Amino acid sequence: MAEEPIVAGQPIVTRTRWHLPLVWIVPIVCALIALSLLARHVISAGPEIHVFFQTAEGLEVDKTQVKFKDVPIGTVTGIKESDDLSHVIVSIDLHRSASMFARSDTRFWVVRPRVGLGGISGIGTLISGAYIGADPGKGGHKATTFTGLEEPPPVTSASHGTQFTLHSDNLGSLDLGSPVYYRRLKVGQVVSYALDSDGQGVTIGVFIDSPNDRYVTRSTRFWNASGIDVSLGADGFKLSTQSLASVAAGGIAFYDPPWAQNERAPAAAGMRFELLKDESTAMEKPKGVPLYISMKFEKDLRGLSVNAPVEFVGVEIGKVLSISIDYDPKTQHFPIIVGAVIYPLLLGRVFQDEMTSEPQERSRRIAAMMTDMVGRGLRAQARNGNLLTGQLYIAIDFLPRAAKVAFDGSAQPIQIPTAPGALDNVQQEISDIVAKIDKIPFDSIGQHLDQDLSELKGSLDQLNKTILPDASRTLADARKTIQAATDVLSGESPLRQDVQRTLDELRRSARSLRVLTEYLSRHPESLIRGKPKDLPPELAAPGDVAAPAPSPPR
Amino acid sequence: MKALARAAEAGFIGCRVCGLVCEAGGDDAQCPRCDAEIRSRKPYSLSRTWAFLIAGIIAYVPANVLPVMHTRSLGDSHGGTDNTIMSGLIDFWKNGSQGIAALIFVASIVIPSTKIVALAALLVNAQRRAPSGSAQLVRLYRMLELVGYWSMLDVLVVALVTAVVKFRGLSEAEPRIGILYFGLVVVLTMLATLSFDPRLLWDRRARRG
Repeated sequence: MAEEPIVAGQPIVTRTRWHLPLVWIVPIVCALIALSLLARHVISAGPEIHVFFQTAEGLEVDKTQVKFKDVPIGTVTGIKESDDLSHVIVSIDLHRSASMFARSDTRFWVVRPRVGLGGISGIGTLISGAYIGADPGKGGHKATTFTGLEEPPPVTSASHGTQFTLHSDNLGSLDLGSPVYYRRLKVGQVVSYALDSDGQGVTIGVFIDSPNDRYVTRSTRFWNASGIDVSLGADGFKLSTQSLASVAAGGIAFYDPPWAQNERAPAAAGMRFELLKDESTAMEKPKGVPLYISMKFEKDLRGLSVNAPVEFVGVEIGKVLSISIDYDPKTQHFPIIVGAVIYPLLLGRVFQDEMTSEPQERSRRIAAMMTDMVGRGLRAQARNGNLLTGQLYIAIDFLPRAAKVAFDGSAQPIQIPTAPGALDNVQQEISDIVAKIDKIPFDSIGQHLDQDLSELKGSLDQLNKTILPDASRTLADARKTIQAATDVLSGESPLRQDVQRTLDELRRSARSLRVLTEYLSRHPESLIRGKPKDLPPELAAPGDVAAPAPSPPR
Repeated sequence: MKALARAAEAGFIGCRVCGLVCEAGGDDAQCPRCDAEIRSRKPYSLSRTWAFLIAGIIAYVPANVLPVMHTRSLGDSHGGTDNTIMSGLIDFWKNGSQGIAALIFVASIVIPSTKIVALAALLVNAQRRAPSGSAQLVRLYRMLELVGYWSMLDVLVVALVTAVVKFRGLSEAEPRIGILYFGLVVVLTMLATLSFDPRLLWDRRARRG
């Protein structure tokens, strides 16, 4: 081993190859991945939007999410105050899949825990923190700036139903979310309200959930079911309410009037209805063309108020519109002019044809008809509708005994002659009676009576002094006489015994006479021949009877 | 420093596996004893190192930008939060765990970036004709290898947290794509360190000489 030279190992050269720096694939791949990530980020990044809110309470940058139906669709990336410090601007990065939310009619609101009359919502956000709710619009153009809602919208685009517009004088106690009832079932809610542009009313948007929206028909009446409806009128005291919740929170009810059976076509979305003040108003029949009348009353009309009913033979056909005082220089009286509206259609089918004709013709016909009716005694009376409250109403009725009056049927408004009311008649008669009673000369009657009474007293005194002692004396004498008579008639008196004996004698005589008579009737011959020998024992026994036997027959 | 004899100049190559001294030959030489490839220098060392380093730098961007972990706790029933390295670190710091924050800062931010910068410095110096401070550069290189072991700390944190923090409903943690890139950064920088041939630092002097 020592002699052998140390030889370095010969490397085995197998091939010669030009080496590509394959390792550069690594950074290239890395760069490609990074580029793809970047590209994906750019592609997946949805639009950035800005939402204005009153406050950023509960919102956190990079934490607060934007959710639609609880699905995150974006994240808050920045919160800053507006230039004029009036609100905050929340920047939101929407996901790419949620780019349809960047449309002008999308609504954003902050979901926070809320407690209201309508219920409690957003409890979950107590723990998880607030988030921004979103509700996509149906149309609209692309937008990046929005004004956030302060309250969650009561109706989202996902809810099915129909929106209708109501119009009212005032909002009452309604609010967003106030319930809408149909047959006391909650079927919708108030979603918007706004003052009319002229300030003369309120337009209220209601949303009726599907499928109950089909019950809203062209003839449907809406009325305000808020609170408790208390009314006091000529027809008495009324109290009505829809439900306890609506008493507190207000509400709207709707119903199809029962008389509108033939108009049951569902109403078109957005149809405009009048919001009536209560159920009874809502359920009234359509009254047709109004006819304005005016009545002149000569008496005081305390208890008559505007809106008091006008009744025809007991059926309400209109109401009082105005009560005013007039001055009549001729009589120097202050008559009261009552203006009222009546609806001739309510009088029945007779007027149907009259009212549907064209206006000129119509007024001519009405004038003719009214002239005829006034001629037959049509009069207006102010009657007492409620004795308790003293409310008056106007009654139009036929009074056959009414005095004839001049009537101008063409006057506008039609002047209906008046007659004193039934109660007025009673009052008149009572006053007449009182007047007659008043005429009775009670004073002289009293004087005469007084005089007579004093004379009577004198006579009585005389009677006491002179006649009464004589009378008592006479009575004593009479008593004595009666006593004597009684003594005479009593059982022990000798007179009576004599009478008794005499009567006995008389009875015996009568019996003998009868025996004799019978004997003679059987033996008439004895009158001539005398008594036979074989005398029957009954004739022989009583010896004393036989003594007057020879008495002659009659 | 005294110029020492170098194997390459003497026409020898040391087998890196068995240590056999071979004559310098062609490029594709094999050790006659152990069949390992023998080369005077790591082939394409600089270019490979550059490649890995650049790949690492590229991967470093998503590693820091993308979330590494998703945490969800009671209440965020739908959301939860995605944490990047930096945001998680800030959370730790704000919540009072400054120690952990500092540790993560060192392991996840300082070390990788230092490695990248150091490797770049080594590469630039290795290619420069005018050498300077070779000894420091070598020390830097040794430090790189040493520190490399700990670079995976962040990945381990995520792996541990994900495994441990799994209380259904109460709180959960899941890894996110960012941690993959972070791991990639670590691997790529380690590969870059491995493919760097420190002997090139001495070659500069030889070339100059």
